[in-house]
Amino acid sequence: MENTSTVKELSLAERERAAVIGPGHTFATITDKIASIVLHEPSPASWWLGLLIGLTLLSGLGLSVGYLLFKGTGIWGINIPVGWGFAIINFVWWIGIGHAGTLISAILLLLKQRWRTSINRFAEAMTLFAVACAAIFPVIHTGRPWLAAYWLFPYPNTMALMPQFRSPLMWDVFAVSTYGTVSLLFWYVGLIPDLATLRDRATAKFQKIAYGILSLGWRGSAVHWHRYETASLLLAGLATPLVLSVHTIVSFDFAVSVIPGWHATIFPPYFVAGAIFSGFAMVVTLSIPIRAIYGLQDFITLKHLENMAKVMLATGWIVFYGYLMEIFIAWYSGNEYERYMMINRQMGPYAPFYWALIFCNGIAPQIFWWKKARTSIPILFIMSIVINIGMWLERFIIVVTSLHRDFLPSSWGMYWPTIWDWMTYAGTLGLFLTLFFLFIRVLPMISIFEMRTIIPQAKVAGVHK
Amino acid sequence: MRLSKRVDVNELYQIRTSGLDLKTIREKLVTARGPRFWQSLEELAETREFKELLFREFPRQASEWVDDEPGRRRFLKLMGASLALAGVTACTRQPDEKILPYVRQPEETIPGKSLYFATAMPLSGVGVGVLAESHQGRPTKLEGNPEHPGSLGGADALTQASVLQLYDPDRLNTLLHYGEVATWNQFSQEMTKVVAAAKLNKGAGLRILTETVGSPTLGAQLRQFLADFPNAKWHQWEPAGAHSARTGAELAFGKPVHTYYKVDNAEVILTLDADFLTTGPGNVRYARNFASRRRVYENGGKMNRLYAVESCPSGTGTMADHRWPMRAGEIQNFAAALAQALGVEVGGLAGGAFRGVPEASMKALAADLGAHKGTSLVVAGEQQPPETHALAHAINAALGNIGTTVLYTEPIETMPVDQVASLKELVADLNSGNVETMLILGGNPVYNAPADLDFAAAMKKAKLRIALCYYDDETSSLCHWQVPEAHYLEAWGDIRAYNGAVSIQQPLIQPLYRGKSAVDLMTFFGPVPEQPAYEVVRAYWQSRTSGDFEAWWRKAVHDGVAPGAAFPAVNVTVKPGWASALRPAALPEMELNFRPDPTVYDGRFANNGWLQELPKPLTKLTWENVALVSVETARELNVQAGDIVELRSGGRSVQAPVWILPGHANRSVTVHLGYGRTRAGRVGNQAGFNAYWLRASARLWSGEDLEIRKTGGRTELACTQSHWKMEGRHPVRAGTLAQYEKDPAFAKAMAHEFPPEITLYPERKYEGYAWGMAIDLGSCNGCNACVIACQAENNIPVVGREQVLAQREMHWIRVDRYFEGDLDNPTAHSQPVLCMHCENAPCEVVCPVAATVHSAEGLNDMVYNRCVGTRYCSNNCPYKVRRFNFLLYADFETEISKMQRNPDVSVRSRGVMEKCTYCVQRINQARIEAKRADREIKDGEVLTACQQTCPTQAIHFGNLNDPNSKVAKLKQEQLNYSLLGELNTRPRTTYLASLRNPHPALAPAGAPESKSHG
Repeated sequence: MENTSTVKELSLAERERAAVIGPGHTFATITDKIASIVLHEPSPASWWLGLLIGLTLLSGLGLSVGYLLFKGTGIWGINIPVGWGFAIINFVWWIGIGHAGTLISAILLLLKQRWRTSINRFAEAMTLFAVACAAIFPVIHTGRPWLAAYWLFPYPNTMALMPQFRSPLMWDVFAVSTYGTVSLLFWYVGLIPDLATLRDRATAKFQKIAYGILSLGWRGSAVHWHRYETASLLLAGLATPLVLSVHTIVSFDFAVSVIPGWHATIFPPYFVAGAIFSGFAMVVTLSIPIRAIYGLQDFITLKHLENMAKVMLATGWIVFYGYLMEIFIAWYSGNEYERYMMINRQMGPYAPFYWALIFCNGIAPQIFWWKKARTSIPILFIMSIVINIGMWLERFIIVVTSLHRDFLPSSWGMYWPTIWDWMTYAGTLGLFLTLFFLFIRVLPMISIFEMRTIIPQAKVAGVHK
Repeated sequence: MRLSKRVDVNELYQIRTSGLDLKTIREKLVTARGPRFWQSLEELAETREFKELLFREFPRQASEWVDDEPGRRRFLKLMGASLALAGVTACTRQPDEKILPYVRQPEETIPGKSLYFATAMPLSGVGVGVLAESHQGRPTKLEGNPEHPGSLGGADALTQASVLQLYDPDRLNTLLHYGEVATWNQFSQEMTKVVAAAKLNKGAGLRILTETVGSPTLGAQLRQFLADFPNAKWHQWEPAGAHSARTGAELAFGKPVHTYYKVDNAEVILTLDADFLTTGPGNVRYARNFASRRRVYENGGKMNRLYAVESCPSGTGTMADHRWPMRAGEIQNFAAALAQALGVEVGGLAGGAFRGVPEASMKALAADLGAHKGTSLVVAGEQQPPETHALAHAINAALGNIGTTVLYTEPIETMPVDQVASLKELVADLNSGNVETMLILGGNPVYNAPADLDFAAAMKKAKLRIALCYYDDETSSLCHWQVPEAHYLEAWGDIRAYNGAVSIQQPLIQPLYRGKSAVDLMTFFGPVPEQPAYEVVRAYWQSRTSGDFEAWWRKAVHDGVAPGAAFPAVNVTVKPGWASALRPAALPEMELNFRPDPTVYDGRFANNGWLQELPKPLTKLTWENVALVSVETARELNVQAGDIVELRSGGRSVQAPVWILPGHANRSVTVHLGYGRTRAGRVGNQAGFNAYWLRASARLWSGEDLEIRKTGGRTELACTQSHWKMEGRHPVRAGTLAQYEKDPAFAKAMAHEFPPEITLYPERKYEGYAWGMAIDLGSCNGCNACVIACQAENNIPVVGREQVLAQREMHWIRVDRYFEGDLDNPTAHSQPVLCMHCENAPCEVVCPVAATVHSAEGLNDMVYNRCVGTRYCSNNCPYKVRRFNFLLYADFETEISKMQRNPDVSVRSRGVMEKCTYCVQRINQARIEAKRADREIKDGEVLTACQQTCPTQAIHFGNLNDPNSKVAKLKQEQLNYSLLGELNTRPRTTYLASLRNPHPALAPAGAPESKSHG
């Protein structure tokens, strides 16, 4: 794929679109460009603005979680019958977003999709930060987080009390913590050669020491590279099933229950596809402004964006198929509760949200059938936001509309979020932004050494096949 | 008065008399932390408020002090004396009275074990027998007294909730004179002066105002008072009393008689706007007797039949086999027409117009009543005019029901008078300045007297106003003296039941705030001032019994019913020509009806959090009252539920939110009394609107010339069940007697029951006990008694209006209400829903920390300590019976409220899930008893709180492994079905489908959904 330019006669514009790296780059220019963002260039005003927004929202998270701990989960809009609200919606949403990073770094690595190289680092970072945001919710959504934080783990204790292993929430604990650990390791291992590059190029003393420690004595020897490649492959192998398993288990939170709208066997594949769908949308949302701000159009090319649009189109269809199947099964089951659930989603008090979801995730992504749309920056950016909203709505619909009218009409109710729900949600967006802006300031957001492997020189030298 | 900033006793003593900030003090008093209030000297000496109280208790010494040059010795002397005296007065000396005859066996108080004492709860002059549960001297819960004719073991919601009133932190907790703390001695001197003055002028200018007096002892005291002071007067005002019943009986019989019913003897019953099954005197007994004739499986396949004609849907109406909504004003005309059809002479009442009952129905009804001579019953509601009552008496007489289903006795109130006339006379005397001293013994006339009398303004003209009051309320705050009233659990007394039987009321606790009863205060006018009420009551009954009085007394106090003291039935005959001068009722364009509120009653329970938060039957509204209208009327008025309208009647207007109640009569508005209090306390203040403001003395139960105007405002109402319909599902299964005769198992066929054999897992065996419950929906009338009983038993917190709006009420048992059929006249069903204790409990598998687990006896146990509050269990509960402490709902601060708590049940903190436990503490108590006696727990030994109080005996609980247990037998009934059994939850709680017995010739009102299962 990377040698298209040499095979066919293409116009300059088409060549630019098709390339995974801009023309004229050498090993040095790549290294200079990426490393100097971290080491030498002053941060642009937009970075400061972004960080400020992130920190502002983050302080809202501090405030709302502080008040939550002081007062109780009653500050949110949850009630009986709707015992789960924003916290679980946001948890699933964030976890889903994280999936794209793992998919890009692990599965695409194994599949030798080399176009992934330039987006892989920050997609992985995005995974980590999304998991961090997600992990906040299961803890704080409990009534007594100070106990939940450790009672959910099987630790030896004098009472010989173990967690209840039949509960999907228990499985979540293992799934998410495993996922977080593997993602962190994978990301960090991938960073080591670049950290060494930064160490070597750093001029300030603090940077030298910090990167020196973090690079774990990397010297770039053949042994190092050999071990690195092995570790990478192993971790990729470990992470690959996680892409499928984590959201499968998250979907079990719903599928294992008896509630109409939750109790569905389609949930695992449909959740995984939804996760990748939303994850790619988030990668697009992040990469478009970043490449503009830091002038990285050469590294994150239209080719990348177009490929991601294709992935979104494909996974979007899996998700949409899931929606259609839910409707079909609700009718086909002949179960009055299932049928009512579906009718209520479509015509009940939350119907506008349902139709907005169908539009965002089912109708709107069809625009990606057109290459023009796939390669138009504004359309891509808007669509990525639309899909993020759509995937959030999906979780809202699943959590709220299933609970608010279940079996006994006497206990039906409504759920509306409070200001504290919104502040907590916005606060995790703030946490994500803050972590992300700090990341692009102190670490190479694009893998330097991997980028070096995809320029023609690397091939000529035979370093890489 | 502002207190000196520093806590300095010297400065304190220099405070001169001026307005004391009593409110703050009282608030501090009630919210004070620590084990006890003024029972130890240390506490008294340490807090500023107590020092101040102490100072106020001895104003004379103190005021001497201010003028003197304060020498150190003298100061210390006085100081010491004050403290010592404060201690003496604070630590109430135990009187030499025997107050502990036991109802149950234990010979001595055993710590941790509760004792039960019989007493009676008075309401509007009528008593209901209760057994009060006492934990080491603290009454914590009330249960019906099985030996009392008005209870038979059941108790209604108001009775259940009255124990909370005892511990109300907003009670008036000290004697006040001009709003300042005063001593009993000062008051005693004042009373002595009043009595001395009265002796000189034979009581001229002395007036006593009471509520309806149903206490024979107090009645005797008051009669003696009138005899001793012939110029004095005694007035009575009971806002929700039996005014029409009294006048109606006089109209029909020419003399005041009391009417009560033997509902179990009746096969055909007609109620004329009477909610006799859930409100009013005897309702608990009537409900039980009525339900006993509903259960086909116990009566050889027979059922009684109830016809209801009513303006506002009621608990009784929901039980009816035929129900016709009719404007309250037309019911009298309907009754006259019916009477005529039955051949009763109705004089001038004939020919009035009424709508709502078709000709054929009328004929069938008359024929049905006529065919059941001696076994039929016509009941007129208190809110009907006296004419309807008289017509009911006449019809009952003509049908030969007197002596079989209707019985008459002497009036159970000691002085039956026209209370409106009595109150008018008092107001006239007040306004003409004839009243020197007014003694208000209970009641809150400033709030609840007819608005046109302007009682507050008149009352202020009395020169000395003394109120015996439970709260610093609208009335007592305008009085010079406010004497804290003792709760009925704090005082000796006596009261007559709905049928004239007498109960001796015994105190379970020393008055918490040195409260006095009306009997106590009346002793000032008697031969021995300040004679203990114990002696007064004893002396009264000693003079009225023969033989061994001590034995009689012990039995009376122990049993809760005084032997041989009941009124015998009297023979009465309807006065011929009683109705000749009367005319049919005129019909207003739009009528306004007043009703006592189903939860806060006439306003006296406004500060009772349990009752405020109790969803009202049918509307399921909490914390407020509304203007109830029918669907059709709402359409005509173009209003939605929650719209605020202005109701104008008699030149006065109030703003009220509208609520649409299907089945309400058209062109009729019902408002409930008891709300809009301004000085009820922190719970009841400003809740709802004050309907008394529209109530005039001319017609107590209906307003005239009602005008309704939309204001454009809207409010959100705290309703716990907003959904009316069953959505084609079958949570409640109901059929007709004919249907049952054809197919007794019709209810089971309404939904697929999950076949138990389809499972991968081995069947779980329950050795020993297997607890289960069966609820007979055919008996349940939705009276809510179970909800409050559960709340009292299980320390369930009150969450407040805002949290109810957020759908977070905490009741472990709720009464679901569904409407079925015609929107204008639907059939309403009530269904108590509590934890089903599923054998395959969906909640248990999803809890990550094993905080909800199954017991070996089949209980679904909740381990509060282990719960981290994921709420997954509640999400996965198909019945949504789990309740979560979203915030810190339990009150850990108010000391006095803690006294009510049941020590056998944990108080749950924030972040913890809770739910019905099948009263596991009661099971364990019975288990301990049984083990000690080396036997099995007997059937009926464990009564859950809801079961125990249920007036209709709809709830049965017991061991399913015992084939002879009542519950096991009920589960064998063909009517038995599982709620959502198709989910294979295998609930241990099951329901018996409800049956109706419509007249074969008439279509049942709101025919049951004909659609069968899918």
